[in-house]
Amino acid sequence: MAAALAIRGLRGGRIPPPPHPTGPRRGAASGALQRLGEWFYEVEVVLGWAERLRRRRLRRKNAHYSFIQSLHGHNVAAACFAMSCGGRVRFEGQQRWLCADSRGRWSPEVLQFHHVPVVAVDLSGSQLTYDGLDNFVLLTKLQHLDLSGCPHVDDWALGRLHVFGDSLQELSVARCPRVTERGLATLHQLPKLRCLDVGGLAVQSPGLLRILLEEMLPQCRVLGMEMEEGDPPEAPPELGQPPPPSVTAL
Amino acid sequence: MLRAVRGGRAVWAPRGGSGSGSGGAKLGRPLRTAAPQRSDIFRELGPRLSRLGQALRGQLPESEGAWNSLRPHQNSPPPPERADVVVVGGGVLGWSVAYWLKTLENRRHGMRVVVVERDPTYSQASTVLSVGGIRQQFSLPENIRLSLQSATFLRTINEHLWVPNEPPIDIQFQPSGYLFLASEHGAATLEAGVKVQREEGAKVALLSPSQLKAKFPWINTENVAVASYGLENEGWFDPWSLLNAFRRKAMSLGVYSCVGEVTSFVADTADNTPGMPRGVGRVKYVNVRLPDSPEQQPVSCAIVVAAAGAWTGKLLDSATAGLQGSLTLRRLPIEPRKRYVYVWHCPGGPGLETPFLIDTSGAYFRREGIAGNYLGSMSPPEGREPDAGNLEVDHDFFQEEVWPRLAHRVPAFRSLKQVKSAWAGYYDYNAFDQNGVLGPHPQLPNVFVLGGFSGHGLQQSPAAGRVAAELLLHGSCAAVDVGRLAPGRLWGSEPLLEAAIV
Repeated sequence: MAAALAIRGLRGGRIPPPPHPTGPRRGAASGALQRLGEWFYEVEVVLGWAERLRRRRLRRKNAHYSFIQSLHGHNVAAACFAMSCGGRVRFEGQQRWLCADSRGRWSPEVLQFHHVPVVAVDLSGSQLTYDGLDNFVLLTKLQHLDLSGCPHVDDWALGRLHVFGDSLQELSVARCPRVTERGLATLHQLPKLRCLDVGGLAVQSPGLLRILLEEMLPQCRVLGMEMEEGDPPEAPPELGQPPPPSVTAL
Repeated sequence: MLRAVRGGRAVWAPRGGSGSGSGGAKLGRPLRTAAPQRSDIFRELGPRLSRLGQALRGQLPESEGAWNSLRPHQNSPPPPERADVVVVGGGVLGWSVAYWLKTLENRRHGMRVVVVERDPTYSQASTVLSVGGIRQQFSLPENIRLSLQSATFLRTINEHLWVPNEPPIDIQFQPSGYLFLASEHGAATLEAGVKVQREEGAKVALLSPSQLKAKFPWINTENVAVASYGLENEGWFDPWSLLNAFRRKAMSLGVYSCVGEVTSFVADTADNTPGMPRGVGRVKYVNVRLPDSPEQQPVSCAIVVAAAGAWTGKLLDSATAGLQGSLTLRRLPIEPRKRYVYVWHCPGGPGLETPFLIDTSGAYFRREGIAGNYLGSMSPPEGREPDAGNLEVDHDFFQEEVWPRLAHRVPAFRSLKQVKSAWAGYYDYNAFDQNGVLGPHPQLPNVFVLGGFSGHGLQQSPAAGRVAAELLLHGSCAAVDVGRLAPGRLWGSEPLLEAAIV
């Protein structure tokens, strides 16, 4: 298990387990509940309620910030949503990333960026879903989007990214357990893409897929999808920084 | 005494020499190291006993292939004698209606719904032989809305159809979009259609030939005036997974599933109120013929949903057996039409970005997997329909009609030499206007007709099933107004034509 994580967790990030609806949340206890649910209707109904509660919480986390959008504009709304998800955001002309503090509260200084477009959003490891992308579709100058390690981002959500076709240059969907080659095929709508990180994805024949992706996006550098055996995984650089010089063995 | 030696061959220690008589410490027969030529009972005893055990276990009543004289209908039970709703046809539309009826009923186990399917292997069903595309590029607002709602359903399929203790449902949706090409002749219709689609909320882009060439460099844009490309919620998926998901969830909610063929209805006019017109009656019983037997089981029911796909017209033709009073049904114009699908391999063909492309001539193709396989076909032109009696494939049709058109549009296909495989399936074709029929039959008010979708039934099945269930349970449907799709129009003079039929 650790070896598999070491090979696939290229940036040292954790691969979230694919969110099976009855996926183990607390280990042995919920495994026992699942087995009981196969025998007793009452336990099955309670497990169904628990699943509905989880889904309701996820929907509330991904709510559309329409009120803030109407008050302060879509850039501020996108920034507030990203920060409340636990992510970071960067505005045009700024060097530093804005994020929420450890308690999940964001500072009101973001409200002064009323007309400044958002250029970079980092939502790695967040609980973003297809509906949460409602908050980002109005951004016109987004250049960098990091969705690595999001357990609920799937092929449908990737199909929504075509709205950033004019501006998006860097995209990462590494280690998203629900993304497959079918969602990656929609990325041809992003002709300005220069760097695409697809490490740690669960696809069959990653070597062939990498070749097809490089043909589909000729100006883009594809990171992370290596052949299965033989090739050691290359450590991808931090997005936005130049790659480290390669060391040749003597 | 028998001794098992190397090679398994028993060697009898001889008393006396075998000819040479030279004496010495020599065994009479040489040791063999080759495989034995005669079978040894004891070596084969083990495998033989286990085969015998398997054969005996196979005869036990609980196993799959066994026949039990005391319970002959164990694996395919006959339909119950009484039911509330009988759904005739176990394709995706039939199971969708059954699922939605059970989901929207007010009380748990408030209705008994029975789905009757005559072929559990689905060898001729349109659902599983379908190419599996979903699009919103229609010209009628009802069609667009049904498709949009179905796409939302498919996206959230695990919230609707997931059964506890089963793995999550994956319909393998490929969100690649549909690309319709139009020549000068059809450009105005296409643009009008796109306007309606955008009003309904579908995300469709119009492309000029130069934009088309920039996006998809492998297309030959000769004779293309404008193209429409679906950006979201369009693509293709696996129909079998959807059918199984509907079926599993509906059965977990308590829908009865039976194998049998509905041969006739028993209708009478005894319940008619004095003001009703002549020629109208209610169905009281549905006669279900059990598989492999002449036995008929009458099922008394309140509502019949005729979702038999391509055979809905034939089903309702036979609906007047056992009738009292003069009730001659007008013929429902839903009939099977055979369509072919061909799969070919072309190594230099279009890449990952290939959408579901529909040419100006009506030929279409899409990518299948990532290994350079494509599948496509064309609807035969008017008047040259193949015989719908069987599902034999006509390979000449590909050579003569489909391939020249596709090779003209995509020059990379000129080099393809061979078709890997092909199959044929039926469209449930509405001969009147090629649009779905959804609503109660005008002469049999408790028979709900759901069919005739002519090639887009699978993609509209979740929403159409929901609309049908709401019409049956509540009398009206808030989400989509499908008044125009009612069967009454089929005998009128105004066809509700859909421009974008593939």
